[in-house]
Parts: sequence; structure tokens; C-alpha cells
Amino acid sequence: MSGEGLTGPAGPMLAVDDLRVQISTRRGVVRAVDGISFDVARGEALGLVGESGSGKSMTLRAILGVLPPEAKVTSGQIQLDGTDLVPLSQSDLNKIRGRKISMIFQEPMSALNPVMRVGYQIAEGPRIHLGYSRAKAAERALELMRRVGIPDPERRFRAFPHEFSGGMRQRVMIAIALSCDPEIILCDEPTTALDVTIQDQILRLLARLCRDFGVSLVFVTHDLPVVAQLCQQVAVMYGGQLVERGAVHDVLLNPKHPYTLGLVKSAPDVEVVLESLVPIPGSPPSLVNPPPGCRFHPRCAFAEEDCKVLSTPLRRLPGGRSTACLHYERLEEAAVTDRTEV
Amino acid sequence: MTAQADLAETQLSVRDMTVLFPVGSKLAARAKHEQRFLRAVDGVDLELRKGEALALVGESGSGKSTFALALAGLRAANSGQVTFRGKVLPKHRSKIDQRRIQMVFQDPYSSLNPRLTVGSMLRELIRVHNVVPANQADAYCRELLRLVGLGEDAMKAYPRQFSGGQRQRVAIARALVLKPEVLVADEPVSALDVSVQATILNLLAELRTELGLSLLLISHNLAVVRHLCDRVAVMYLGRIVEVAPAEQLFSDPRHPYTRGLLAAIPRLSADSAREADGGPAVTGDPPSALRIPAGCRFRTRCPIAQARCELDDPALAAGPGSAGHLAACHFAFTEKGD
Repeated sequence: MSGEGLTGPAGPMLAVDDLRVQISTRRGVVRAVDGISFDVARGEALGLVGESGSGKSMTLRAILGVLPPEAKVTSGQIQLDGTDLVPLSQSDLNKIRGRKISMIFQEPMSALNPVMRVGYQIAEGPRIHLGYSRAKAAERALELMRRVGIPDPERRFRAFPHEFSGGMRQRVMIAIALSCDPEIILCDEPTTALDVTIQDQILRLLARLCRDFGVSLVFVTHDLPVVAQLCQQVAVMYGGQLVERGAVHDVLLNPKHPYTLGLVKSAPDVEVVLESLVPIPGSPPSLVNPPPGCRFHPRCAFAEEDCKVLSTPLRRLPGGRSTACLHYERLEEAAVTDRTEV
Repeated sequence: MTAQADLAETQLSVRDMTVLFPVGSKLAARAKHEQRFLRAVDGVDLELRKGEALALVGESGSGKSTFALALAGLRAANSGQVTFRGKVLPKHRSKIDQRRIQMVFQDPYSSLNPRLTVGSMLRELIRVHNVVPANQADAYCRELLRLVGLGEDAMKAYPRQFSGGQRQRVAIARALVLKPEVLVADEPVSALDVSVQATILNLLAELRTELGLSLLLISHNLAVVRHLCDRVAVMYLGRIVEVAPAEQLFSDPRHPYTRGLLAAIPRLSADSAREADGGPAVTGDPPSALRIPAGCRFRTRCPIAQARCELDDPALAAGPGSAGHLAACHFAFTEKGD
């Protein structure tokens, strides 16, 4: 399901090119996002995977223009449907945010307004962006509540967020994100706080939105199986850089970067019971003084001398995927012997 | 409930444990002569065998953590009996009994005292419980820290100086100080990063074999459970709905809730194109523990519920020829699985 050419003109929905985000702190400049490039086609879901501190949330916030005050985009482009968002002013961004691009956060309880009835929170976007009347916006909110599977929307319209369960709150968040028919939705770990049965319901809902309405998704998570279930493309982030990118099943079942392999082998999977889990040794790199050469080399079992000096940009491989590893061929035996399919 | 293991093997057994939380104002309750209760744990029977790793899984709000606290003696149960090696533990446990069951909590950022160094944290326990003579305390602490994979310099460090995974190691060391026979780990890895989770899971597995501990692992993550545990108990709204050896539970789940729970787990080898089409594995939200449905408590979300389920509360029972596999469903062993 690549979704190319389903709606509108060709060209990616979102194209991020050499994006760099730096944060000034007392300890120095943190290069939170350090030159990443990816694009998302229309109707496509891209999973952005990495550990905490790898820069995935910063990337989302940079795209939406909601970086914390001490963080700045220092270079790069963020093309949304052909328009570069980086030079835009906040007031120009306000016309795009919520309208063309919206976001779903991890903790719906802290992202929703606790003293505003949920129906009005959902109706707010259409009132502001689409110029809907109060009545028309309320009607729109009811329709959205039905679409995301909130039972009895007429009654729930006047409820407050605290009256909802976690899964229902996340549905409210999704309804708000959908309220102005955006073309792309950024999701920051939207199911991490939810139970597995509720997560399953939410993931199916998001997958249906992608398929039926041609919405693109950027889905940030550290949970590989979730990515496998929802996304078609995946980009793996490490120390502020992308280390691997490609179609989900290629990347997760046959990683071409030792970090991706490490993630796959350290995460328990219900279907494949391994003798013991293999943790990734060491800890993530400092983003103030990242190691020279490949950032993963201090933790990498495959590292060679050249990994310590050569820079490792993403390189294209056959089959539409890329890796930043200089010695990715050496992973092949390891992957084959360790993860035999059932 | 049938005897599922001979008594010699049973380390710890829980009979009919109930934990209630009073809700609403006390005054109103007195005026109306009735107190409303949230039934967090609602009649749980469970056995933990010597040296085994038993998992307790379920959604949030199913009462797993409350059960764990009551089991460890950290919260009073309203009724029920905890038997440790044939001896019934009284409501107020003696120090010796307290030592037998120790806990590791979910969040190592809030479960460690930020004002105490690791050494003083451990020494306090040694002193209060008189685990080893005072002059051997330091050596004992160092040995423990080595056991959980921390260096000796950890003794003088404060919790804030450690990463999440290391803190969880400190928390495990603290639980092991008292030489417990049962370790209850309540979601020990869910607050940690993926790459660190594996190290803690491996540590728990090692400690279990090395020290001969019985482990009760509470988790909502079935992948973790499958990796680590011998038996699995599934909890729903305060009650155990299925217990089985891990392999059997994953390959042949008998309770419709267990089936839904398993089907809901995202898999690495999933086919994303398929996912949007099928309905969700389990529909709806779990009902409130204040209003547990009459009859079978799962019937409101159950795909195979029938009229009988509204009236009859199914007991946890073994199927024919499967003494170790129990399920609380009228149709668990009659209707063909899947």
C-alpha cells in the first residue's frame, strides 16, 4: 500500500531535507536533530523509531513549529505539500496547523483542556479554520465523534475529558486532529499509555483513516511491533540521525544496520521466543559531543577501524531502502541465524 | 478450584482474596446505611510453586497491582488467606514473614528514596531486619550489588546518579537484601527504554535460577511474559479468568478474553494491509470495577456471550484432561478452540 497518486498531484506530502535542530543548554549546544531527511507519500504511514533522546519528538515538534524556546531549526527544509515551513512566521503557521497538519500526543489527559467540554474542543478547529457557524461546527464534532468510535456522541458531546477513559480520550484527540480534514497527522507515541486491547482499537482506527481518507501519518514510537502493524515505511533514528530507512517488513525482518538489529533482538516478540534477549550494550551517545565517525560505533559489535573516522550518511541500497552502516553486508549472517521464521 | 499441584511444591497460595476500596463520602454512606465499594480484587485464587515464574497479566484497572500489594502484605485484604509453605500468614505479618515476599515496583524514579545513598538504603533494611551482623553489612551490600550488575561505587551514590535501568537494578537489590523466597515484580520494565528492558528481564531470569526464587511477574506486556514465565494467569476486573502453562496459554487460549488479548498484540511480522479490515480483537472498554456486570464479568465485551452468561458466573475450572489449564468460561472447554 504505497498510496501514490490516490489523491491530488504527485510528489510527497511531506519532505524533510537535511533538518537540523540545536538546543542551547548550559552544557553546550545539543544537536538534537542532526541532518535528517525523509519524505512521506500521500496516504502513507511512516514510523519514526528510536530510543528516548534520539531526537524523534524534536523532529515532530520542528515540523509543527512548536519547538521549546531554547531550541532552533538551524538548517534544512520542511516541505509540506511543496511549501517550506521553516521560514514561515507563527501567524502563517497558525493557518496551516490544525488545518493541513495536526498532531496527536502521547498523554491525552494533558493535551486536552480539562475545563472545556470535549464537543467544543473538537468543534473549535472547524470554527477557526473553516469559518463554521456554532451549529455547523457542533454537527461536525458529532460526526467526528461517531467516526472515531465514541459511543453515544450526543450525550458525550457535553462531557469533560476526565469523564472519559484513556482510550476514549485518545479518540477525542484523534477527532480533534481530524476536525479540519488535515492531509497529514503527526503522532507522538499515541498508544504508549494505552492497554493492548485499546491500543489495537486505536491502531485499527488510524490505519482505516490512512486507507479511506488518504491521510498521511508520521508515527513516532519505540515499539517496533506497533510500527509493523500500522506503517508501510520506517525510519530508524539514533543520536539525532537516521541510520536506516525503508519498507517496514524489509527493515524489521532483515535489518541492514546493527542498531536496528539490536532493537529487534532486544524487544521480546510474542511469536518468536528467543533463548535470551540480547540487550544493546552501552548507552546512547552524548548529543553535545557525539562520537566521531559512526555514532553507533562504540556500541556496535560489527565496528571496524574505519567506522571510528568516516562519516556515515544514509546510502541508497537496492530495493528502495537506505542504511548508514558502512559494513551492512556483515549483518546478513547474524540476522539469518538468529531470527528464524516460524 | 481443583488442586493443581501437590502441596509439597506449592510455595505460596492465595485463597479467595478480596480487596475493596470504599468510594463516595463516608457521611452519605452512613446516612443511607450503605457503603459503595470498588471491587479491585474480587475473589482471587492463585498458587505459586517453588522456583517458578508466574505471570499475572491483564489490562490496567484489572486489579493486578492491588493484588500484588495485598500479597506482599503492603495493603490489607478484606478477605482471603495467604498461605506460605503450608502456614497461613496472619493479617499483621511478623518480620520474618514480611521478609519472605519482596517487591520491585514499576517506576524506579519514584520508588527509591532520593535522599538516601544506595548503601544507606540497603544498610537500613539490614539493620531493621537483622539480616547479617553489623560488621558484615558492607560486604553483604557489595556482594548484592555485584549480583545485580552494579559496581561497588554504587554504594555511595544517590538514585539520581543512575540511569533508569541502573535504578531498577538498585530496586531489585533492595528487594533481595532480605533474602526473600518470593519476588513480586510489578511491571518492572514498562518505565524503561526498549534496549534497557532486555537487560532487566535477563537479570530477573538469572536471579531466579541462581537464587531459586519464585517470581510473580505482573505485566501488561504479553511478549515479556512469554519470554520469562512458566505459567500465566490472566486477570480481568478483579478475577482470574484463565491460568495455564505459558506455552499452552499462547498456543491454545481457552477464555475469549485471553484470545482477544493475544490477538490484540502487535507483531513484528504483521501485515499492515490486513489490519484495517478486521474488527478489533476486543471491542469496547472494560466496565468500571464499581459496576461489575452480573453473571460472567466479561460478557459485555465477549464475542461468544449467550443468555446463560448473564445469569451464571462461571467458576475457574479445569478442562477435561488438562488439570493445569483452568478457565472461567462456560464454553472454555466445550466449544472448539479457534
